[in-house]
Amino acid sequence: MDAPAIAARGLTMRFNGFLAVDGVDLEIERGELFGLLGPNGAGKSTIIKMLTTMLRPSAGSARVWGYDIKRERDAVRNSIGVVFQDPSVDSQLSGRENLDFHGRMYGMDRKTRADRIAEVLELVDLTEKADVLMEDYSGGMQRRLEIARGLMHHPAVLFLDEPTLGLDAQTRRYIWRYIERMNEEEGVTVVLTTHYMEEADHLCERVAIIDQGRIVALDSPERLKDLIGADIVTLEVDDSVTDEQVGALSDLEGVEAVDRAGSTLRLSVDRSEARIPEIVLAASRAGLLIRSVTMHEPTLEDVFLKFTGKKIREAESAGAGRMAAVQSRMRTRRH
Amino acid sequence: MISINIYAIYSLWLREMIRFFRLKSRVVGSLAPPFFFLAFLGFGFGSAVMPAIPEGVGYVSFLAPGIIGMTLLFSSTFGGLSMLWDREFGFLREIMVAPVSRLSIVIGRTAGGVTTAVMQGLIILVPGLAMGLQIPGLPAFLLALVFMLLIATTFNSLGLAFASRMKDMSGFSLIMNFMVFPVFLLSGALFPISNLPGWLQTLALFNPLTYGVDGLRGSLIGVSSFPLALDLLILAGSSVAALSLGAYLFEKSDVE
Ligand SMILES: Nc1ncnc2c1ncn2[C@@H]1O[C@H](COP(=O)(O)OP(=O)(O)O)[C@@H](O)[C@H]1O
Ligand SMILES: [Mg+2]
Repeated sequence: MDAPAIAARGLTMRFNGFLAVDGVDLEIERGELFGLLGPNGAGKSTIIKMLTTMLRPSAGSARVWGYDIKRERDAVRNSIGVVFQDPSVDSQLSGRENLDFHGRMYGMDRKTRADRIAEVLELVDLTEKADVLMEDYSGGMQRRLEIARGLMHHPAVLFLDEPTLGLDAQTRRYIWRYIERMNEEEGVTVVLTTHYMEEADHLCERVAIIDQGRIVALDSPERLKDLIGADIVTLEVDDSVTDEQVGALSDLEGVEAVDRAGSTLRLSVDRSEARIPEIVLAASRAGLLIRSVTMHEPTLEDVFLKFTGKKIREAESAGAGRMAAVQSRMRTRRH
Repeated sequence: MISINIYAIYSLWLREMIRFFRLKSRVVGSLAPPFFFLAFLGFGFGSAVMPAIPEGVGYVSFLAPGIIGMTLLFSSTFGGLSMLWDREFGFLREIMVAPVSRLSIVIGRTAGGVTTAVMQGLIILVPGLAMGLQIPGLPAFLLALVFMLLIATTFNSLGLAFASRMKDMSGFSLIMNFMVFPVFLLSGALFPISNLPGWLQTLALFNPLTYGVDGLRGSLIGVSSFPLALDLLILAGSSVAALSLGAYLFEKSDVE
């Protein structure tokens, strides 16, 4: 029987006492398109760096493609391709030269390199731009080239750390398509991180939701959203809401739960499209002045909220202080 | 187990070559200081009598090998320190995540840095020739080339050793100003070290570049303070020592 693509046990990383990754257990199947979803500072990049041998874990262990990340580092490196969160190209070289450099580092001969470069450039639609210097690439083009490069030496597992960070919506869609295509056509196992829930939802077969260095939930996006079940109806009202008014709404048929936060009410409602009129009517009767009504099907954001008690955006601003130093370092890198 | 990846070494070397020929303005910039030293000191002191320079040797002939040594010192140290840029711009990760032994990476980088430094040394030889330096023949030239290689290996490796110990770019100008400049001035490149007070002379004897410049003078103009064999021996020793130190510290350094 084949070993799983990735198997981690109690993977832990401490930076000067600060617990960035806290005992992560993880198993990823061969051929899977797997996502790590979590806010900035959750520990996603640190997990990727440990799995790709760039950081030694403080505790715990992991196997990638059957090889131990501490004891069989070269075998691990041989099995993986990595697109790091921060750019890692030589901007004084052209796209083709960057790929050529990469191919030689992985021991590919001239003919193999030339064929494969043509193939991966085609995959990310960069054939035309192959001989342009990287410093003249746009951010999206640069990212696409890095993805092509990660794939070039036929890795068994491809790690993509925030592949669409900071890219516009259209470029993001393109990159999603490339990722799906190479997972299907090349059969490569893909492990990606993201803090965009639509991205995890759209792309991944299974998602691990990460907060403060721990996995808080892990399943397919559908099953995770089924945990929420009903749709979410959000009412913005004037002033604060009394217990009686909340009671009036939760008594309605089909309303499973009511959450109150200041002047915002979040209702979990079964088949909400048919029930909105009743809800609005009942709210007015109870004396609530409704400013707006929105309704959405459950998203991974709701799942994150359920498991952590906060929204992904809020979790990010809470982690902002810790992140400041790291981010200022990243900013200098981007130039 | 020590493994050497020839393809990877070649890849790293080739990258330095491509960058060297592409970034011409940078090369011109780094050649300007030694060129100005050569031109202005050469013309300025050309007819003056400098104490302790052997009879019959013009100042330009004395100076030119020293300026070649200066060029090699600056360009090779800079080449070794260039790992700082690779770390800053993230390219170091691309190198480090490859299934290649760390020793191969050091060899590839060093080969690239040494080649570009020696090319710059050869370029600065040209104005020296124009100003009156005369090379006795091919064997003399080849011997000088060996000295150039050893000087570049020593200082490229020292640059790499320093870069491996530094977290960011802030140490760069410190190294250039407080290590490289004194090494240059204390090497006998501009004037014979016997003109210095005794304690500075002693210090100069611990400077590998002293033997490099002396070796270049011995091979190019046939005048040297030490036997050439001694120069060669000491420089070979400093190359091996510096390279081992660089490889050791690089192996131990973190990407993150
Ligand atoms: N080299 C480091 N030294 C100290 N703290 C770090 C280092 N790298 C990451 N951290 C901290 O570890 C936490 C997780 O960071 P990271 O893995 O980059 O999160 P993510 O990728 O999910 O945004 C953050 O709080 C970050 O500040
Ligand atoms: Mg990250």
